[in-house]
Amino acid sequence: MSEILVVEIWRGAEDGHFQSFDVPRLENQTVLDVVTYVQRKLDPGLSYRFSCRVGMCGSCAMTVNGTPRWTCRTHVSRVAEDGQLQIAPLRNLPVIKDLTVDMRNFFDKLAKAGGAFQSTKARTDNFAQIPPADPRRKQADAGIECIGCAVCYAACDVVTWKPTYLGPAALNRAWTLVNDARDGMGDKRLSLVAGDDGCIACHSQQGCQEHCPKNLSPTAAIAGLKRSVAVAALKGKL
Amino acid sequence: MSEVTQTRLWLAQRISAMVLAVAVAIHLTGIIIAIQGGLSAAEIIGRVGGSFTLAAFYGVFVLACAVHAPIGLRTVLAEMTDLKPVSVNGIAGAFAAVILLMGMQAVLGFYGLGGG
Amino acid sequence: MAVGMKTRHRNHSTWWAFALHRISGVVLALYLPVHFQVLALAMDGEAVLDGALKWSDQPLVKLAEAGLIFLLAAHLTGGIRLLALEFLPWRNWQKSLVAASGGLSLAAGLLFLVNAF
Repeated sequence: MSEILVVEIWRGAEDGHFQSFDVPRLENQTVLDVVTYVQRKLDPGLSYRFSCRVGMCGSCAMTVNGTPRWTCRTHVSRVAEDGQLQIAPLRNLPVIKDLTVDMRNFFDKLAKAGGAFQSTKARTDNFAQIPPADPRRKQADAGIECIGCAVCYAACDVVTWKPTYLGPAALNRAWTLVNDARDGMGDKRLSLVAGDDGCIACHSQQGCQEHCPKNLSPTAAIAGLKRSVAVAALKGKL
Repeated sequence: MSEVTQTRLWLAQRISAMVLAVAVAIHLTGIIIAIQGGLSAAEIIGRVGGSFTLAAFYGVFVLACAVHAPIGLRTVLAEMTDLKPVSVNGIAGAFAAVILLMGMQAVLGFYGLGGG
Repeated sequence: MAVGMKTRHRNHSTWWAFALHRISGVVLALYLPVHFQVLALAMDGEAVLDGALKWSDQPLVKLAEAGLIFLLAAHLTGGIRLLALEFLPWRNWQKSLVAASGGLSLAAGLLFLVNAF
């Protein structure tokens, strides 16, 4: 293990540049540790986001050596090449400054895809009872652990080529709700995720599941939506 | 173009793909068998000419191509060029017409040539 | 080190399968009118079509045709893979399907070459 890590970090907005820093190499060092070291010891002007540091909040995603990753749970030993790291903001989102991106598009699309749960019961009603083995519940469970880090969104070329595409996270969220027996939005949600900006725009490149830090498979969720949308279209229910 | 129409186009491309999956598999097998010993016009006309079964097969094949290829082209143009949606749809529609006309002309032409 | 960083997120088999599907799709679409035009030559008489077939007997043309066969087989097998992905229950062995599709396509291209020469 070399003593010094050479780290290139993106500075400025869209028309910025990489700036090089030397960071002491430590054992069990994460990429977020590296960025934090730079900000605290070398350049307090460096902007970046983090919160929980334990892979729950989804706020520290960045592009590390060319691929989108959650930086708090990415060990330097796994990604450094010849003692070097290149850290850039996430792709497909406007850069505000340094490593921070404007995530509004990403979150707006969650809402656009019908990502809000629509309750059918009042607080006085009993709990819904859905057996863990229920097939629809299993489908919902498969995608429910999304932390909204936008790694999949940054990994998706369809988002790059078609900026209005809802993207993997929003569609994955919609699929969990389509399978939620308690949700009352029904076919209306399928209408929201149909069309050229919805699930049918997906080309199954599968970059989303390749890079998802939670090992979810948005591609599988989108395929599920495609089947449901196809059935709805054939029945004239879109 | 409404989202329902967009979704129907996608569905049409998938359904035509299912037809093409069968047709192309047959076509590929045919090519690889027929190419042995070289090709001649007389051989092709003798095999295809005047056959109603083959004319029907190739007619469905051409129709599926005329549905499938232009929808794919539309997606590629929309994603990878700066063309406006109107132009993209226009080009895709014109391409569909060209494929359909040229393809049907060839199919009907061979049928009209009669068997060898 | 900065070389290739911009496209590194694409370096996995399912992305390359997409790229092959797109390229083969566009090439095959553009080849269709050419194919129909050559077939239409038969209407002008056997000799005219035979002229085109004789031209296609050149080794380089045969090689290009083998390329087209490969692209057609790749679009076919890749397309079946996508149809299965979209319309059948999800399977976790997507990358094996990509490999199978690539292998079958190469085999089709080679088989054509062996038969054509």
